[in-house]
Amino acid sequence: MTKRDYSLLGPDGKRAVDIGLAAAEWYHTDVPRKVMKDLMQRSDQPAIRDTVILYGCMIAFAAAGIALWPSLWSIPFWLAYGVLYGSASDSRWHEAGHGTAFKTPWMNNVVYEIASFMVMRNSATWRWSHARHHTDTYIVGRDPEIAIMRPPAFARLLLAFIGVPDVIAFFPRLVYNAFIGVHPTEKTFVPQSEWPKIVRVARISLAIYVATLALALWMRSILPLMVIGLPRMYGAWHFIMTGLLQHGGLADNVIDHRLNSRTVYMNPISRFIYWNMNYHVEHHMFPMVPYHALPALHAAIKHDLPRPNASIAEAFGEMWPALRRQLASEEYFLKRDLPATAKPYRMDFHEGALGQTPAE
Amino acid sequence: MPWIDACATTDIDAEDLIRFDHAGATYAIYHSPDGQFYATAGKCTHEDVHLSDGLVMDHLIECPKHNGQFDYRTGEAKRAPVCINLKTFKTKVEGARVYIEVS
Ligand code: FES
Repeated sequence: MTKRDYSLLGPDGKRAVDIGLAAAEWYHTDVPRKVMKDLMQRSDQPAIRDTVILYGCMIAFAAAGIALWPSLWSIPFWLAYGVLYGSASDSRWHEAGHGTAFKTPWMNNVVYEIASFMVMRNSATWRWSHARHHTDTYIVGRDPEIAIMRPPAFARLLLAFIGVPDVIAFFPRLVYNAFIGVHPTEKTFVPQSEWPKIVRVARISLAIYVATLALALWMRSILPLMVIGLPRMYGAWHFIMTGLLQHGGLADNVIDHRLNSRTVYMNPISRFIYWNMNYHVEHHMFPMVPYHALPALHAAIKHDLPRPNASIAEAFGEMWPALRRQLASEEYFLKRDLPATAKPYRMDFHEGALGQTPAE
Repeated sequence: MPWIDACATTDIDAEDLIRFDHAGATYAIYHSPDGQFYATAGKCTHEDVHLSDGLVMDHLIECPKHNGQFDYRTGEAKRAPVCINLKTFKTKVEGARVYIEVS
């Protein structure tokens, strides 16, 4: 394969469509309908509990940070607030965007809008980009949410831990959307009926940032920005840490989530921040299952999946060397063993279509 | 328009659906919580995905791929990313069988 072109308007995306890799039928583990129906059931209670805890903690930590400002004693509170603002917002954006967090639609919508603002994503655009990520997960030229492109750009990955590339990409686009309109790339995956929403959301977000900045200038202090905006940088590390593990070092251009996604066992605090998306193979295979039912889904299908990584550290230990090898060889990826109880990978399809050679 | 014998009333649990293929076309047949039967096109209008793996909640069917929703009584698209309504078909129950009128 020649060098990958990740642009949505480029030749790789066109090729994926031509060879039937785009919008393909993906592998699914067989789950009895009755079991799946139970797993898919929606409920408001778990997400209400988690949302009250999340917003309650954010208010408490921010209040403590403000009260102790500018003393060094405020730092731990800002760190805690930042990770909830800059990282938990990513998982809330994700789950509420799927509509699976709450049973009640307006609750999903409220949490989705707040989380989108905090994580600096236009709520109207990103709803559609994420749909594409599910249709064409890690299909080069089709998936707009590929976090680690090949060869991996390590400097950029490291800067992502403090939000730099995302923030740099976000503000020019925000201004473009607010004053010029919908970007041509966005037009490839957002239906025309939604374009006015993109502009409206951009204008509201921009107004909030301008007001915050004006307050900071008036106060001659960065304190307002510590509450709104900057936590997307100083608190992003957790969602980048967990997000890179989702697909990093694994296959691209395949149609079996067991080959391109990673499930990692995590500690309870990370699972709260990440809203159980550590069960990532399960989530991609069955996006209808709410976050609170993912551990049960995992138990139901783990016989058919590669062994989960035992911890965040172990998963990084597996992923990082693979990324380094991708620096030398773009084609390299980790192919994890399946247990004897699993249905085998159908590599014939992927290799036949792509002329690719997986690593052992 | 011909009426097609699609399934037994007991083939579909209440608040659930099944897939029904006939003459090269695919349909979804629903059993609503209030005991009625409905039929729609079998695939989502967003992408080429069978709705039969989706979730019925009251009178909504949620697509298994991106969680788009339709009211299966009218076919109305209710939740992004679906924007195009779903085609619906008339149903009737005779004896213990569900019939759909295909066009
Ligand atoms: S395929 Fe049904 S919502 Fe996308």
